[in-house]
Amino acid sequence: MTRSDTSPHAARYPAGAQAFPHRDLLGIGQLERHEILFLLDEAEQWVDLNRQRTKHVDALAGLTIINAFFENSTRTLLSFEIAGKRLGADVVNMHAATSSVKKGETLIDTAITLNAMRADAIVIRHGSSGATGLIADKVDCPVLNAGDGQHEHPTQALLDALALRHALRERGENGDDFTGRTIVICGDILHSRVARSNLLCLQALGATVRLCAPPALMPTGIEIMGAEVFHDFDAALEGADVVMMLRLQTERMSGQFIPSAREYHHLYGLTKARLDKAGDDTLVMHPGPMNRGVEIDSEVADMIDRSIITRQVEMGVAIRMACLDVLTRRGRGVEGWGDAA
Amino acid sequence: MKQASPVTLTNARLVTPEGVRESSLRMEGGRIGSIGWDQGEGETVDAKGKLLAPGLVDLGVFAVDKPAFHFGGITRAALMPDQSPPLDLPSRVSYISKSGKPDFWVHPLAAATRGLEGREIAEIALMREAGARGIATGRKWISDSGVMLRLLQYAAMLDMPVITHAEDAALVGDAVATAGEYATRRGLPSAPAEAEAIAIARDLALADMAGARIHFRQVTTRAGLAMIRVAKAQGQQVTAGVTPAHFMLSDLATADFRTFARLSPPLRSEDDRQAVREAIADGTIDVVSSGHDPRGPEDKRLPFADAEPGMAGAETLLAMVLALVLDDVIDLPRAFELVATNPAKLLGVEAGALVEGYEADLALIDPDKPWIIQSARMAATAGNTPFDGQPTQGRVLALWKGGVPVDL
Repeated sequence: MTRSDTSPHAARYPAGAQAFPHRDLLGIGQLERHEILFLLDEAEQWVDLNRQRTKHVDALAGLTIINAFFENSTRTLLSFEIAGKRLGADVVNMHAATSSVKKGETLIDTAITLNAMRADAIVIRHGSSGATGLIADKVDCPVLNAGDGQHEHPTQALLDALALRHALRERGENGDDFTGRTIVICGDILHSRVARSNLLCLQALGATVRLCAPPALMPTGIEIMGAEVFHDFDAALEGADVVMMLRLQTERMSGQFIPSAREYHHLYGLTKARLDKAGDDTLVMHPGPMNRGVEIDSEVADMIDRSIITRQVEMGVAIRMACLDVLTRRGRGVEGWGDAA
Repeated sequence: MKQASPVTLTNARLVTPEGVRESSLRMEGGRIGSIGWDQGEGETVDAKGKLLAPGLVDLGVFAVDKPAFHFGGITRAALMPDQSPPLDLPSRVSYISKSGKPDFWVHPLAAATRGLEGREIAEIALMREAGARGIATGRKWISDSGVMLRLLQYAAMLDMPVITHAEDAALVGDAVATAGEYATRRGLPSAPAEAEAIAIARDLALADMAGARIHFRQVTTRAGLAMIRVAKAQGQQVTAGVTPAHFMLSDLATADFRTFARLSPPLRSEDDRQAVREAIADGTIDVVSSGHDPRGPEDKRLPFADAEPGMAGAETLLAMVLALVLDDVIDLPRAFELVATNPAKLLGVEAGALVEGYEADLALIDPDKPWIIQSARMAATAGNTPFDGQPTQGRVLALWKGGVPVDL
């Protein structure tokens, strides 16, 4: 069941397995523009399916997918679980407390254990940057990074791109890519893997990305990655097509990074007044979970015509279905994707 | 084991402080008897034109790992107090000072503070009696300036060098990388490189006040080296060291989260790497040491930030310094000043140079012999080298400790 030839953008990427030649999805940094577009296009069919009453196919029937989450998560875990189940796979969640896996060989041992259970794909979230890559080296099946430390969260960036594409198309605008668009990401950039993955993804799709945060929450040298750096939120918002708000990751902060939530809101909170100054149709995004009243006001978060926050969640399931489908094609022996291992 | 009878090494290229010269060297009673005189009785060994150099003196290692040291031509090492338990009691110092004999000498460095916690000064005078040759702050900087000043004053009174780690603790926090493009791309907790210069600035000022001898074990940034250069020009008693990682590698080597490149201080920018090479060339850096810290998979097969810092460096120290000679950064006599003469001087031991009357700690070296550094095939207790797979050249052919040949 190869679907790439039915895609409206089949000409944008090579045929068959060459469209996505990676075994794992560890980061946006490893992907070419056409590979990102391929995954987005693949997700469209799942967006459609997920809007049907019967949201189920048997594409991955008989496969075992393990969601190994070494860090707390609700929405990402749920999203991956639903994605796997809707594709017909047997999904198992392993929710290891962070503290119990920090010592010694345990992480590698866990990887080897999961591998021995013959998982067909492993989805991993871990608190340390690079941890998913480390596990990927030790297992024989595809590994999907569901967030590693402050490094990458590729499916979040892909779902953000898909949500934005849909929002733009609904307005009758071009959503194929984001050339000419200005997108502001504001918040705790330093501790955010979402910011890094989105910076890479949005730039690959042609957007200009502005990052906005107080200096203490802005990573050194991020401008080398092509971002425009702002400390003044109002200046960053000027002429922005999209503003993506990030929460303060207080659980990753050691020491004081901002004087108070109240003061942070004063400088960096997305209020209705600020949004109005940005533009008449500036879209609002947030990867969640939101801290209403801190980085984003309820009034803004709930604006039906501007906020696409719930759409992001919807697209998350579709994107994860696309990733699971594409990455398991080799193992399933899908025509054009090589023999089963 | 004492040297039983005199041995003359003939037909060798001797690396002396004055230069490299073809000559003979006679070992007698465990010491260097005479140079350039090969008529003595007893055994002769034909060096076949190979390089005869002082055994390396490795200043600031974390483990007594004899096979690795011997492989690397190292005959003495100053052991860091970061042991388990720390070297903060005379009894521990006394025990460890004998631990390598007879074919390897360990010079313990006394912990500056109890438990290396940076708060209370340890019994340094008693540890000196027990064999400590210097004082070290350990892997960490002493963040309390009052403690550091009193330590330096005490060390000055005892005429012992203080070996310090130069990274401002508050700036570093839980960082595992140098702030910059690579740390940002990989999402690694990072600290600005300036943390080093800030620590050096304070410690230079305190050492100057106290009249103490201070040695910065690793100076790895352009800004830090500039401060050492100025202090030296002003006549301060300061020396600086570095390990090969910081003149061979930059933070690019941490790509793919390779934990063998997780070091303390972390690898720096390419510009800082160049600055270290310049400082080795112009004499700002006095000592190159291995920082030998073998770490097994339980410490290294982890996500980058969770892994312990450190590299197994004893086996590659000589080859890396010889690479500086090949690159025309330094000449051969200067190379052995860095790895033998200067560290021996700092420790106050009569070794580390081919000088009549000094300990006959000698290494016969083929500086051209090619080999490939292989993590899996190292003599060290663990193969955590950031140079895995790298071709290099320069190997020890034979080694003598106190005139007695060492089995390699």
